[in-house]
Amino acid sequence: MGLFTRRKTVFVDSDILVIGGGMAGCGATYESRYWGRDLDIVCVEKANIERSGAVAQGLYAINCYMGMQWGENQPEDHVRYARNDLMGLVREDLGYDIARHVDSTVHKFEEWGLPIMRDPETGRYQREGKWQIMIHGESYKPIVAEAARKAATRVYNRIIVTHLLMDEGKPNRVAGAVGFNVRSGDFHVFRAKAVIVCAGGASHIYKPRAVGEGMGRTWYAPWSSASAYALPILAGATMTQMENRIVLTRFKDGYGPVGAYFLHLKTYTENAYGEEYESKWYDHTKALVGDYVDMHPVPTCLRNHAFLEEVKAGKGPIRMVTKEAFQDPHKETIGWENFLGMTIGQAVVWASQNIDPKHVNPELTTSEPYVMGSHATCSGAWASGPSDYAPDEYQWGYNRMTTVDGLFGAGDTIGGTAHKFSSGSFTEGRIAAKAAVRYVNDLRREQPRVSERQYRELEKTVFRPLENYEVGRNEIVAGTVSPSYILPINGLQRLEKIMDEYVGGISAHYTTNEPLLTRGLELLDMLKEDLDHLAAEDLHQLQRAWELHHRVLASEAVTQHTMFRTETRWPGYYYRADHPKLDDGDWHCFTLSRYDRHSGEWELRKAPVYHIVE
Amino acid sequence: MPTFVYMTRCDGCGHCVDICPSDIMHIDKTYRRAYNIEPNMCWECYSCVKACPQNAIDARGYADFAPLGHSVRTLREEAKGTISWRIEFRDGRVKEFVSPIRTTPWGTIPSPAELAPPSAEALESQELAHEPDALNIESLPALRPEDLKAGAL
Repeated sequence: MGLFTRRKTVFVDSDILVIGGGMAGCGATYESRYWGRDLDIVCVEKANIERSGAVAQGLYAINCYMGMQWGENQPEDHVRYARNDLMGLVREDLGYDIARHVDSTVHKFEEWGLPIMRDPETGRYQREGKWQIMIHGESYKPIVAEAARKAATRVYNRIIVTHLLMDEGKPNRVAGAVGFNVRSGDFHVFRAKAVIVCAGGASHIYKPRAVGEGMGRTWYAPWSSASAYALPILAGATMTQMENRIVLTRFKDGYGPVGAYFLHLKTYTENAYGEEYESKWYDHTKALVGDYVDMHPVPTCLRNHAFLEEVKAGKGPIRMVTKEAFQDPHKETIGWENFLGMTIGQAVVWASQNIDPKHVNPELTTSEPYVMGSHATCSGAWASGPSDYAPDEYQWGYNRMTTVDGLFGAGDTIGGTAHKFSSGSFTEGRIAAKAAVRYVNDLRREQPRVSERQYRELEKTVFRPLENYEVGRNEIVAGTVSPSYILPINGLQRLEKIMDEYVGGISAHYTTNEPLLTRGLELLDMLKEDLDHLAAEDLHQLQRAWELHHRVLASEAVTQHTMFRTETRWPGYYYRADHPKLDDGDWHCFTLSRYDRHSGEWELRKAPVYHIVE
Repeated sequence: MPTFVYMTRCDGCGHCVDICPSDIMHIDKTYRRAYNIEPNMCWECYSCVKACPQNAIDARGYADFAPLGHSVRTLREEAKGTISWRIEFRDGRVKEFVSPIRTTPWGTIPSPAELAPPSAEALESQELAHEPDALNIESLPALRPEDLKAGAL
């Protein structure tokens, strides 16, 4: 394809643009139509919403359901749970908001056809744990996607959004987004009155444990390429808790989930010598974090911490004791179907290595770190809270609007709201969409404007890697080594190595300090400069190039935040060796950052945590 | 386990290309059949395997940790509303499972546009679509702003 000759520019004008058609994006699309009957609602997705996002493969549980109809839990209970798990720091206003709405979302899923298991004795949803209900969720995503497709004016599949557009009439206001079609190469200019970023969090910013063919078998989906963060960061949105990366204890190599095993099958862990080990590390952990170790349930990071200390003491591997539970054929079936429903690769690992958990206790491992806003972690954009009770400091406009006017978010995009998972992300999409409809209605004549100059400059930037390749490849005979460019995979592996070695990855036992972070930032700066010399042989590689851009910017945010918070808040997720203890005196607060895309400078500050629930 | 495509079964229909969340199933220009162009970006999510009308796609465990000789096959039947699995271990042991995938016919979810339009007051309230009815409780819970208190900074 000629570089600038045959490429079409496609203009799409809408009232509400939903970026990313995963759980949050489908929720946002659905709800936008409910409240905005006459609005143009466009959902744009880099893959195909039928199977996109973290739930593409399916799920075997919905991890956020209150059960208010049966008096099982109240929203306040969920706030306490998420707060304890995140060592005191969550946006309680946002978390409460999701918790009070999430049951209606789950009830709609069931009505739409999602098979939710029932307890045969009580007739209620089958609980896996206090917050989790069990589902046959192989088609969870196709079902939710059907609802979104029915609601949207149009769904654009296979278009990767690379940048947001800014309004030229009013500073700090969003005006749409640009991207390209990964099949046709057409440049897309989406002009919109409100934008809801529902993109994915970040896998593959840290070096994974498998670096060969198996590098794609990360715990979080390899297509979660940090657009949830890079898009708002580049638009100048304030971000929060970007240091709060997550490490998962999972079955070895396949990263098969352990929730159902612990909670429903009642399996438990032991060290290589058959010993219980968590209690052994109690005093040691208490010296680091104080009373947080006494929370029930024990925070996820602290359980990781005991695991890591035991392994460092030479008592690994840690194993899950499955042999007892799996003698019950019902439990054995659940154990396998749990994987087949959401992590098929674990079944493959076990089949390939002759691991039958009925006869062998399988090994566990800790993953490399991921950055996300929806699991037991809460990185993301700093968002305005619900108007009926959020503190003034957390409210500057519409619910789930970021600090950029007209720019909303949900799911992995919004920070401070841990433990929303699939149902909570869909729910947050709904919350953001209703607010976005109100925003659009209130705009009246103040429509955002985008100049041709703005999108044409972005077009040049977006397609530059194709040009770099066209020009640079003539310099060399063949192969992948060029003195003038690097390929996306080269850049990705350099990023993963920097983050691993300097910002607390697996090879550093999740440990870092100020000198390491300082050097890490220097290397990230050079990587950012080299991204101008990324080369893409085709449109698929061009997609990889932009995923890398997004990952690098998110990684820089992670590193800056990790530098700023001079304490070790979440041992088991990461360690600041120069500040090894939790420090509630100085750091019982949120970290906020803002990136200046013109100067490349970061500005960091603290924001208060409001505890709204006793 | 990255996916691969059997030459004699694939007819090049492109369903896998359409569905792959990682954009790694592409059509080979010479053979006009699909193949996995980037196995190290495969999540083994089986979206392509399930979507293939010819059952031409299978997976072989990642070479860096999965010994050969295993197989995990699946058959997803939308009309029946089930998915079936057959797991074969390296040593020949076999396990089989069947699960439901959906309780309603495909395509039957109503568009929210078909519902009665919400009132202007409802738009100003905190309730989302279908609430409070779909909550199965009387009303949407809320906190009182006077209960807020700042934590330690």
